[in-house]
Amino acid sequence: MALTTAVPTASRSRVGSERQAARRQWWGRFALRWVVLAVLITLWQVATVAFPSPFFPQPARIFERAALLWFPGANGMLTPSMQSDVLPSLGRMLLGFSLSVVVAVALGTVIGLSRKVGDYIDPIIQFLRAVPPPALLPIFLVLFGTGDQMRVLLIAFGTAWPILLNTIEGVRSIEELKYETATVFRIGFVGRLTRIVLPGAAPKILAGVRTSLSLALILMVISEMVAASSGIGFSIVQAQRGFGFLDMWAGIVLLGIIGFLLNTVLTLIERRILGWQRSSGRETA
Amino acid sequence: MLNVSHLTHTYGTGAKAHLALKDITFEVQPGELVSIVGPSGCGKTTLLRTMAGLMRPTGGDLTFLGDEITSVPEGLAMVFQDYRGSLFPWLTVAANVKFPLAKLGLSKTDLAERVAESLSAVGLTGFEDRFPSQLSGGMQQRVAIARALAYRPKILLMDEPFASVDAQTREDLEDLVLSVKKKFNMTILFVTHDIDESVYLADRVVVLSKPPTFVVTTLDIPLSDNRDQIETKEDPEFIRLRGEVARLIRHPENDEVASPVADLA
Repeated sequence: MALTTAVPTASRSRVGSERQAARRQWWGRFALRWVVLAVLITLWQVATVAFPSPFFPQPARIFERAALLWFPGANGMLTPSMQSDVLPSLGRMLLGFSLSVVVAVALGTVIGLSRKVGDYIDPIIQFLRAVPPPALLPIFLVLFGTGDQMRVLLIAFGTAWPILLNTIEGVRSIEELKYETATVFRIGFVGRLTRIVLPGAAPKILAGVRTSLSLALILMVISEMVAASSGIGFSIVQAQRGFGFLDMWAGIVLLGIIGFLLNTVLTLIERRILGWQRSSGRETA
Repeated sequence: MLNVSHLTHTYGTGAKAHLALKDITFEVQPGELVSIVGPSGCGKTTLLRTMAGLMRPTGGDLTFLGDEITSVPEGLAMVFQDYRGSLFPWLTVAANVKFPLAKLGLSKTDLAERVAESLSAVGLTGFEDRFPSQLSGGMQQRVAIARALAYRPKILLMDEPFASVDAQTREDLEDLVLSVKKKFNMTILFVTHDIDESVYLADRVVVLSKPPTFVVTTLDIPLSDNRDQIETKEDPEFIRLRGEVARLIRHPENDEVASPVADLA
């Protein structure tokens, strides 16, 4: 095991060329992803031009419409639809989702740490998670009315399960020896929680968060399609009912873009928290 | 500083009771490296766990610096066999070493100094920002040793620390233990099932029997302080001692002499 030998120049330049190769690979993947998307959109455009239908407008016009509806104008002012639909939607979703993350991680940690609590609660969890959250919409309407409260709670409730279950699993996967190490170094309960339990369960928790994030978008739209007066879901249904198919499609495209952006943000967060996982496998000495 | 007197431990109760440790008595003096050697399954790990305060023995006396050990005593560190399980994969090497220091109330510069000193003592300077998974097994165990060193324990317990590294690395790590012991004037209790290792490292060897376990004998190792993997192991004295330990483990002829104590337990 050569621990102290300096890194020879040859291997240093090898590292450099490796980095270059990695960069080239990254660009390759990047180009591939976007080229395929561009080709598909072009095909879509060609198809809609070749076979015109009021139900399937040209993508070029959809994007044009979307830009008109939601891009801030030259004066930097938010468009009315941005203010009345998009921002309320995002607000509900983020509020509901944050609530879900906090409650599910806290609850999952307790259940994961205590076998006994887990045994009692497990059947209830298995039952509740099996209920498709949209099916609960009527109950939530009755319980919480037609306001934002109902929508936020529905999103929170529906997205909590994947995070909860993953947190439990993540907490349970931590080896006993890690706790014993902490015991030997006289680390208390709070120290174990923040320095072993949460970081140890983080990979699982984030996997749950990723699943839940797309659920949150779905639940946001569904909850806004019923008894709502604002929101992206509301505007899509309104457009469809008024034969405004261009607006309807624009709303759908917007949802896709929002989903993509949220996922990107989550990926960045994941990279930061789980950086240690990506670097594994490269052995030295 | 560590006194073990007529320690016994029984797992389970009633008909299922299993006597693991029958009668263990020995002591560790400050600055000494005592190794405990015995056949596999003889309860070495149980013994060490009771000393670390991770479990209570069912009988006997156990004191550290005069106080009875009821929970993990202050000033004790432990290096486990399973370094993968005992290191924190989400922390860098430096952060792993820093892990036990959080509550000691050190200043930032003191902290950094201790981490740097410990890492340099185990030859890992320059690896501060790596993650454990990027290191070989031997290097990971070095991190675990550095972590224990940074804690500045009064006694260091090592539970078969080199049982899962290859032979070459093992010799390097054995020499590392000797150099660290000298440098920090450490008191070390080293558990192993490797006879050569127990003799090579120790000032004193405690030889254990098959379970139910008792101390067959305690051997002083009068080898020089400057030990060398090749020369020391060629030394006729070393060869005689390792032979004696091996014989004692295999045929503990004083079996009957040592057992009456068990009747008291």
